[in-house]
Amino acid sequence: MSVRRACAVVGVAESRLGVVPDATVLTLQAEAAVAALADAGLQKSDVDGLLCAGRWSSTMQLQLAEYLGINPSFSDGTTVGGASFEFHLGHAAAAIQAGLCNVALILYGSTQRSRRERSLGSREAGLGYQYESPYGMPSPVGAYAMAASRHMALYGTTSEQLAEVAVAARKWAMLNPRAYRREPLTVEDVLGSEMISTPLHKLDCCLVTDGGGAVVVVSPEIARSLRKPPIWLLGHGEAHSHAMISQMPDLTVSPAARSGSRAFAMAGLRPSDVDVAQIYDSFTITVLLTLEALGFCKPGEAGAFVSGGRIAPGGEFPLNTSGGGLSYTHPGQFGIFLIIEAARQLWGECGERQVPDAEVALVSGTGGVLSSNSTCILGRD
Amino acid sequence: MPEQIVDPDAGPYWEGVAKGELRYQCCMSCGQAFFFPRTVCPHCLSKELEWRKSRGLGQVYAFTVVHRAPDAAFAQRVPYVVAMVDLEEGFRMMTNVVSCSPDAVRVGMEVSLVFGTGVDGQQLPYFQPKAPGEER
Repeated sequence: MSVRRACAVVGVAESRLGVVPDATVLTLQAEAAVAALADAGLQKSDVDGLLCAGRWSSTMQLQLAEYLGINPSFSDGTTVGGASFEFHLGHAAAAIQAGLCNVALILYGSTQRSRRERSLGSREAGLGYQYESPYGMPSPVGAYAMAASRHMALYGTTSEQLAEVAVAARKWAMLNPRAYRREPLTVEDVLGSEMISTPLHKLDCCLVTDGGGAVVVVSPEIARSLRKPPIWLLGHGEAHSHAMISQMPDLTVSPAARSGSRAFAMAGLRPSDVDVAQIYDSFTITVLLTLEALGFCKPGEAGAFVSGGRIAPGGEFPLNTSGGGLSYTHPGQFGIFLIIEAARQLWGECGERQVPDAEVALVSGTGGVLSSNSTCILGRD
Repeated sequence: MPEQIVDPDAGPYWEGVAKGELRYQCCMSCGQAFFFPRTVCPHCLSKELEWRKSRGLGQVYAFTVVHRAPDAAFAQRVPYVVAMVDLEEGFRMMTNVVSCSPDAVRVGMEVSLVFGTGVDGQQLPYFQPKAPGEER
């Protein structure tokens, strides 16, 4: 029932990020895979597990393994939106614990920016979507906007409080040489940006970039033989509650409530034990809802929690230290980058944005329209 | 224009819409109402389902005023309101709120069913602010 310390993250890397017009998704994932394996001190021939997700094919695992010349004995393509990679980390842990593989490679890549693939939702009207598509909701922003409307009505959350998430993300991005947006940002700037779908402005929404990432996960025996300290998976949980926003039971309760409680219980830890957190910031509201669901603050209190510099550099609760999907990078799905930044923080590799003495990191990925969430708690000895 | 997919699960739903009726299902095993139409109850998986006609009265559960539409057809209607409405019979659905300024819409607002025309020319169930004393 537990994968506590069943595996360790031992290498991470991104590909080129931002606007990369001369690379395919395979190129980007290959770049990231090569760099992550080098980071780990492992060879491609060591890899016997492959996990990937994305939107570029219906047979991603087959095409990626073929491109890289990998023949996995464990293969997982769980696709639940941006949270897929947090699901993958738990699945890799279980597979390694069961002895199905020893070295698992988690991969993601997208060229949505250069290929202008991100749209506000197609007019596909199949199956359940026939009951939503006639009404013109831009997806996914409109769904998150409706969740924000409910949170504001119930708790008095303000647009200024939402904007604080974007402002803090930009402050962290200014400390990250790889971040896409690094110019100063104020609450007024966010509120003055184009309204997309009330109450979410353009600067309440994540970036649209190209990019890829890779994470290498191994068994404890292999982890202890490598150069870098193992980043142990201490707790994991995953949950999903719906596909369409009109089917979400309660727009203010993210599935992170279920996945987070399982992750903390497995790790034997509490929110107060977390030194640094990486929480999916597809939109500013996503962060507020996830903070409440994970128990960092009570329902309705996240607006106050993210205000006053608490989550910004120098504040009590270092959050999204890479600059997040809002300012660092967001190639369609962001979940793998949460794991990458968490591991780097625990390894002390984050330079100007390093959180001192970080030993426990929380990663919480959200996918779809608040549809899925997986929470991973990572720690170093 | 994109097809309106009529699938076997939808059953009498779209026929009802074409006739100006909002139909929903109630499970005869567990007693719960649900939407969208299915062949099994999403609470207990029973197939003992009954179609009913809604009175069309409810409240706005959540909403957003769209300024950047998903495509050119909807762009002509900007700004418009996408909402989720809780019907008194115990189910929730997505819709548009019409016949009022988008600025006037509020979470909790009482609304009543009104049929309108979608961007593809199809009849659709929308909602408008409920008039005082209005019943169906």
